[in-house]
Amino acid sequence: MSIIVGDDTRLVVSGLTGREGTYHALNNRRYGTNVVAGVTPGKGGQDVEGIPVFNTFRAAVAETDANTAMIFVPARFAADSILEAQDAGIATIIAITEGIPAHDELKVFNVLRHNPEVRLVGPNCPGVLSPGKANVGIIPAQFFKPGNVGVVSRSGTLTYQIGNELARSGFGNSTIVGIGGDPVPGSSFVDVIELFQADPETELIVMSGEIGGSAEEEAAAYVAENVTKPVVAYIAGLTAPPGRTMGHAGAIVSGSSGGGQAKIDALEAVGVRVGRTPTQVAEIAMEILGA
Amino acid sequence: MDLLEYKGKQVLKRHDVPLSAGAPAATVDEAVAAAGEIGLPVVVKAQVKIGGRGKAGGIKLADSIEAVREHAEAILGMDIRGHTVHELWIEQATDIASEYYAAVVFDRSAKASLVMLSTQGGMDIEQVAAESPDALATLHIDPLVGFQPFHGRRLAFEAGVDADVVRPVADMLATLYAAYEGEDATLVEINPLVITPDRRVIALDAKVTLDDNAAFRHPEHALLDDAGSGGDPQEQMAKERGLTYVKLDGDIGIFGNGAGLVMSTLDVVAHAGGAPANFLDAGGGAKAEAIAASVDVILSNPNVKAVLFNVFGGITRCDEVARGIIDAYAILKPTVPFVVRLDGTNDVEARRLLADANLPNVHAEATMDGAAARVVELARGGGCS
Repeated sequence: MSIIVGDDTRLVVSGLTGREGTYHALNNRRYGTNVVAGVTPGKGGQDVEGIPVFNTFRAAVAETDANTAMIFVPARFAADSILEAQDAGIATIIAITEGIPAHDELKVFNVLRHNPEVRLVGPNCPGVLSPGKANVGIIPAQFFKPGNVGVVSRSGTLTYQIGNELARSGFGNSTIVGIGGDPVPGSSFVDVIELFQADPETELIVMSGEIGGSAEEEAAAYVAENVTKPVVAYIAGLTAPPGRTMGHAGAIVSGSSGGGQAKIDALEAVGVRVGRTPTQVAEIAMEILGA
Repeated sequence: MDLLEYKGKQVLKRHDVPLSAGAPAATVDEAVAAAGEIGLPVVVKAQVKIGGRGKAGGIKLADSIEAVREHAEAILGMDIRGHTVHELWIEQATDIASEYYAAVVFDRSAKASLVMLSTQGGMDIEQVAAESPDALATLHIDPLVGFQPFHGRRLAFEAGVDADVVRPVADMLATLYAAYEGEDATLVEINPLVITPDRRVIALDAKVTLDDNAAFRHPEHALLDDAGSGGDPQEQMAKERGLTYVKLDGDIGIFGNGAGLVMSTLDVVAHAGGAPANFLDAGGGAKAEAIAASVDVILSNPNVKAVLFNVFGGITRCDEVARGIIDAYAILKPTVPFVVRLDGTNDVEARRLLADANLPNVHAEATMDGAAARVVELARGGGCS
């Protein structure tokens, strides 16, 4: 098994006809993802290398039974596109777009709060990859192979770095989930860890967090109560100065909350082992799984 | 984008937040002219994006034109906790009966907006929250419902504001929320919110932070940006080139791709005993030209004694990065050593390109930890080739 995306995924891409959307959607299809439709208002009836384009998500779902959406439209249209996808009955929405206004994200989150069967991953995330099954987003799949380590991360390149170190140590992945670096992510560490705990294929969970917010502390509390599988963590930004934005809007330390050391302490207090460098994360994983 | 007090007030004014009359001034003569128009007495206020202006002598009452001139001369150019005063806000003096506190904050953990009100204004609100939490009334607002009149009344009654000002304080909160939402702000903070002896409610100070991601909805916000004045030269240069750069105190220049990986690089360098000079995220798919521009920014910081390139190629191709480094080297002729760690897409080709170029003082390393150790050693002056 895997989580969020897999053999059952039927993907509709919002922004399929844009340059980036076309490039990554075709890349995802080459990997084996079942890309069934695109949505671009006004371009219904066209196709992109055989993938039919529809004017609305409703039409795309009606014609193709799409069950997963990838959002690839520019930031100013992204919140609207996410809301349209959920309105059309899509249950899994993966939003790659970065730079969405904070108030738009807040609105989307609160709409989805009333619609708990819909799962949003992102925005501002690299997507979700279940090696050997489906890749939805921009994760470079060539570095990963099927296996038993589940990875959830706020950062793209750091995920690849950690995933690559794991791969070199002989590990494969059940699923790699980028939850994104924005202040209001659709899915939190807790949401994804819950799925990994329930996934029979996943034997070890790696979470890669960073400074800012309280999602890592919430994950620590959740792990203490609900998770029996081993969890290894990494926290980036320990030495970043407070009050400065380090690229990720979410990674800003204000006052005493959101600091890296507090996150490490919270995780270690509940038995989660925290690697001090990405390499150490792979070393700890090796110790635990005895590879 | 954090706004200076007076620019924050310009934004609030559009949403009918009650304010005192005032005018900005960049010179002593402008300050005197503004005071003449507004009418004495006035308050001369330093415009800097840091708290504690009053204690530092940056806020002075003036009841004569001579006093305005004197205070303006003293405050312009003053250094307040590392911030130089380039502008003043000349404001009509306001009589104060009580000082309250009000704020609307983007609360990311609750995934809602948080409105706060306290009758203990004029002081550090974090201290109020810590010492007497009951004195701070708070309420989360569902963005799908918005701020309703009963929210304002509830906060005013719970905070224990004077009975005769419950209605105007509640109205004030509604205007603050309207400004917060309408302008795509992530913070609107008024400290103090004052009650005058004739029972009017006025926002005497304003701290406003706008969401840069929403700039496309607010073209007029571009006029509020003053990052170019008195900013750090490297940060200014990086901004003009569209790079994500933050200057730090150390001597090791950092180039990386992806915010998380660059943050991790800073940590690994610190872990190895070094001190990074900057954060620089070249982003996804960085091309050779952009790389040369980034290196130029890093090297323009005179503190830099060595540079670490730490790249994982996902969308970014490592061979492009290697070409960028080789080009940058030829153009900029750096005098400090480079340490390069490239991993991911086309990394083998990248390493071959660097080896063929055979640049003096450019050191390839295979791992992040090894690269960090090497650059720290080189910055200390050891191991030059």
